[in-house]
Amino acid sequence: MAKRIDVSDLDIYYGNFKAVEGVNLSIEPRSITALIGPSGCGKSTFLRALNRMHEVIPGARVEGKVVIEGQDLYGSDVDPVDVRRQIGMVFQRPNPFPTMSIYDNVAAGLRLNAKKTSKSDMDDLVERSLKGANLWNEVKDRLNRPGSGLSGGQQQRLCIARAIAIQPEVLLMDEPCSALDPISTLAVEDLMMELKEQFTIVIVTHNMQQAARVSETTGFFNLNGVGQPGRLIEYNPTEKIFSNPDEKATEDYISGRFG
Amino acid sequence: MTSTTSAPPAQQPKSRPGDRIFAGTAKGAGILILIILAGVAVFLISESVPALTAPADEIPGDGGLASYIWPLIFGTLLSATIALLVATPLAVAIALFITFYAPRKLAAGLGYVVDLLAAIPSIVYGFWGIFWLAPRLVPFYRWLEENLGFIPFFVGPVSSSGRTMLTIGLVLAVMILPIVSAISREVFSQVPTLHTEAALALGATRWEMIKMAVIPYGKSGVIGGSMLGLGRALGETMAVAIILSGSAAGITWALITSANPQTIAANIALEFPESTGLAVNTLIASGLALFLITLLVNMLARWVVSRRADFSGAN
Repeated sequence: MAKRIDVSDLDIYYGNFKAVEGVNLSIEPRSITALIGPSGCGKSTFLRALNRMHEVIPGARVEGKVVIEGQDLYGSDVDPVDVRRQIGMVFQRPNPFPTMSIYDNVAAGLRLNAKKTSKSDMDDLVERSLKGANLWNEVKDRLNRPGSGLSGGQQQRLCIARAIAIQPEVLLMDEPCSALDPISTLAVEDLMMELKEQFTIVIVTHNMQQAARVSETTGFFNLNGVGQPGRLIEYNPTEKIFSNPDEKATEDYISGRFG
Repeated sequence: MTSTTSAPPAQQPKSRPGDRIFAGTAKGAGILILIILAGVAVFLISESVPALTAPADEIPGDGGLASYIWPLIFGTLLSATIALLVATPLAVAIALFITFYAPRKLAAGLGYVVDLLAAIPSIVYGFWGIFWLAPRLVPFYRWLEENLGFIPFFVGPVSSSGRTMLTIGLVLAVMILPIVSAISREVFSQVPTLHTEAALALGATRWEMIKMAVIPYGKSGVIGGSMLGLGRALGETMAVAIILSGSAAGITWALITSANPQTIAANIALEFPESTGLAVNTLIASGLALFLITLLVNMLARWVVSRRADFSGAN
């Protein structure tokens, strides 16, 4: 299930603008890797390059290699659709499909992947995914109500349920708690700790306490100035990053002496 | 704050003249619409009364008001339905192509051309239909009769001029295409990136993304757009009056013969110059019927749109 990700010499572009430059890192399976850094430093862009969502934006492209268990995601014969089925994503703002019920939201990815799933199998999978996202008890009586009627935190967990329902190898989370209150944030963080037993998780966050709480490894992105590409400054175990980082810039950033 | 003995007078929000003027103008505009609508309704009803109360044998056609108007209603609905059935899928496909498939430059040009279709006067469509389209459709109609003649729609004899119900349906379809596709395009382009990306991140292909996120989100807009189109098709006058070789054919489902029911609007245009007295009232009564039909169609559309308001994505 969970797989290792190796990124080498990754440059990411929007048209002619180089947004991220020269990233090299390895992400361990069954762990949480946090990416921190100031706004605009390219950490979300980097995350979106890991499941080829980056290229959805017109003119966006990537140079370099992203290898998951020996398979180059950017190989010429790789279909981005297949990549995204292996690597799930949770977005900054909860985005359940507003036209679908809670049940259909969770089932949406499954319906894409396996056309013929019996009703009872589907029911099982939806229940398992919602339980996996710690949402089952809150929604089991209203599975046919629209997903947009839930609270923000519930919606985000619904999106996580939707993402894990297709059993991806990797789960990417782009500031999944930035739109949530502290209690919902805690619920999502607890959930991440459970999910890492099964998945490789990469999370982008602005909340450094969150990075310190949940992750094993942390990457710090920074950029030299406006219009410059973002770079991976330091990539180390989270403990080291937050106690004794190698780089001065990392220390400045986490201690708030940034800029 | 708890020790106030005498409650202060409820604070009047300070009213600013700009606010008052704007609120008044907006309210006035809203009321004006209602007055105009009511005025039209009152005019239609009061002018229809003589026809509604007249004895059957004084109504043109000698069969009474109902048998005069009913074929016209039928012709109106039939031509508009054909137009809608042809135009809606085409318009949605065009809108999807422009929004999601076409390269950006082509998309802008294509959108412009489709919008341009709306700027062509209906009389021009009429001439185009009668001189260009109708003759070219005749061989196709012959083929339909030979191969699908067992379906009531396609029984012969085929009109040799091509000025048939199906022809007018197709011309009306072209006429309403721009409005339906413009509105569909608008709603499709407003689908939040969040939703399209959610679908793509689940591993949806572009078409699956459209099915999953775009069409459900845009559905009510598409329905609204087609109802606007339907309104135009129902009321279209000149193109129908020119093209359709209307005769007192009564009710017939045959779409490719030369005997076709006329539509209400075209019938009024054709008959009005030669009508006097009660005949005018009869025409106005048919106009009242058209007014009620469009009202009904609009209410139906609203009901369809509101039925699944919970899931509309507007909340």
